[in-house]
Amino acid sequence: MKILVCISQAPDTTSRIAFTDGDKAFDASGVQYIVNPYDEWYALVRAIELKEKHGGSVTTLTVGEAVCDPIIRKALAIGADDAIRINVEPTDPMQVAQLIANEAQGQSYDLILCGKETIDHNGSVVPAMIAEMMDLPFVALATTLEIDDGLAKLTRESAGGEENVEVSLPLVASAAKGMAEQRIPNMRGIMSARSKPLNVVEASSETSTDVDKFTLPPEKGACKMIDADRPEELIRLLREEAKAI
Amino acid sequence: MSVLAIVSIKNGMPTKGGLEAASYAASHAEAQGISAIALVAGDINGDGGLGATGVSHVLQFSEAITDSSQWAKLAAAAAQEHSAIAIVASHDHFGRAIAPRVAVRLQAGLVAGVTELPTHGSVRKNVFSGKAMADVSVSTAVSVYTVTPNAFGIKNDSNEAEVQAFASEIGTARESVTGFDTASADGQVPLPEAELVVSAGRGLKGPENWGIVEDLAKALGATTACSRPVSDIGWRPHHEHVGQTGITIRPNLYVAAGISGAIQHLAGVNQSKTIVVINTDPEAPFFKAADYGIVGDAFEVLPKLTAAAKELMG
Ligand SMILES: Cc1cc2nc3c(=O)[nH]c(=O)nc-3n(C[C@H](O)[C@H](O)[C@H](O)COP(=O)(O)OP(=O)(O)OC[C@H]3O[C@@H](n4cnc5c(N)ncnc54)[C@H](O)[C@@H]3O)c2cc1C
Ligand SMILES: Nc1ncnc2c1ncn2[C@@H]1O[C@H](COP(=O)(O)O)[C@@H](O)[C@H]1O
Repeated sequence: MKILVCISQAPDTTSRIAFTDGDKAFDASGVQYIVNPYDEWYALVRAIELKEKHGGSVTTLTVGEAVCDPIIRKALAIGADDAIRINVEPTDPMQVAQLIANEAQGQSYDLILCGKETIDHNGSVVPAMIAEMMDLPFVALATTLEIDDGLAKLTRESAGGEENVEVSLPLVASAAKGMAEQRIPNMRGIMSARSKPLNVVEASSETSTDVDKFTLPPEKGACKMIDADRPEELIRLLREEAKAI
Repeated sequence: MSVLAIVSIKNGMPTKGGLEAASYAASHAEAQGISAIALVAGDINGDGGLGATGVSHVLQFSEAITDSSQWAKLAAAAAQEHSAIAIVASHDHFGRAIAPRVAVRLQAGLVAGVTELPTHGSVRKNVFSGKAMADVSVSTAVSVYTVTPNAFGIKNDSNEAEVQAFASEIGTARESVTGFDTASADGQVPLPEAELVVSAGRGLKGPENWGIVEDLAKALGATTACSRPVSDIGWRPHHEHVGQTGITIRPNLYVAAGISGAIQHLAGVNQSKTIVVINTDPEAPFFKAADYGIVGDAFEVLPKLTAAAKELMG
């Protein structure tokens, strides 16, 4: 099994969100980056589990500049075999998907696993774009994934429930909660990650969307406190004031 | 020229996300002075209520489709035949699988998870898990949008749409659906679509105590949810987990009992229109994100709320 896992970096979930350059760019000063949680906890760990079971290799692929190297080393420490970084600043999903598809084309990956979405762009679109560009089947928001004799068996979110799907390899899938449990890298993993290959590839790309402006949501008004002995007051306010029920 | 909504159907009727996409498409088309059409695959009851959202025509493909690549071929063909300047889908499991493929086929810029209509060539979406918004412009002639659930209302006029057969070459299916499980218990609205949500966390102490959470949910007609540790330790099913690593929701009402309000939890719920927090600790961070708060023991407060809700809702 030759598996490709697309991992992106995202600001640590506790980061202060602020903007610069006339509110056109994210203010990265002082921001700690992590592996996008869906990519790490679910896609990467499941890929490693599948490799442990069926043999093969796990390669990670990241579109991003050198700032991404620490999170790539973390993925190697968790258990990926090698990594590719396409040295382009990601700004648009079509651009990112095209760069990934170009790199993966002809490399005969059996499985391309992505996270469900990035927690900064919240697009949830790159994986399906990769699938379309490479003319591969795609399963979105998969919560389980088993490989059985060239056949992938997955469970995915669906209207009002979950669907079981079967697809023959190769395929692209995006991983949601349930697919694997988080793995903490151990000392041996961290040491060996330093010498695993991280190949940097240069490429050019085009974008089809631009962010004109970022805005922060309006501040919440003060929380209205209600006496614990008068919960009926809350129910009344929810109906008459908030018009929520 | 037109705006095309791609709509998923379940049991002969559009899903809620499908109706939202159609409403969005109709409003966008109206602002441009052009018409909106909806595309469906499989059997539909009449016009499925799509006319009421403002679309003038429903294009119906004869068979149900589950394969995203087939759906994308169909949608791209319909978009080209009807000179669509925009294609709209729901930002749920359906739209996320299909809309990006349509964008690739049409070489159209895509903005995912929009919350408002486009104005002056730019459209608003949430980013950073609801901690900010971005106005995004598309530089291609055709745009693709997916609409955030519960962000854009469903239009309900008295119009009827004309249903027309639509055929196109869609290739062969490569995925086969082999089974289906309903995730949510006894008739609850699925969490991503729910307008009312009652949620609880580790403050509830154990799975045996969830009766009081379910009772309030039932009294309000709400769907139940939980924090991550609660689903991780198996007190509640995984599909109830909301937050950064679970589901993102945007209901009209989110009631959180015994949840501290960690930033990763808030990332999944902070776009709820009204937030109620019940916590014994007056310093719990969740109160800062709440509209209404009760400092108190969930074991006492929840049953009282249930009684009051029952009285009000009859
Ligand atoms: C990368 C990352 C991703 C994460 N993703 C998620 C996510 O998606 N969703 C998520 O929820 N968490 C997530 N977490 C975990 C998150 O940080 C918190 O640990 C978690 O949300 C806490 O759950 P809790 O509020 O139920 O439990 P606690 O933090 O233990 O809080 C329990 C609360 O209950 C109150 N309480 C106790 N007894 C009572 C009572 N009788 N009545 C009323 N209140 C009472 C306490 O005062 C306390 O505030 C993530 C963490 C990380 C690092
Ligand atoms: N810059 C990137 N490099 C590598 N993979 C990415 C990148 N951006 C997105 N992805 C992958 O695509 C998934 C969905 O991203 P998005 O469409 O941006 O929400 C992520 O979870 C990653 O697996």
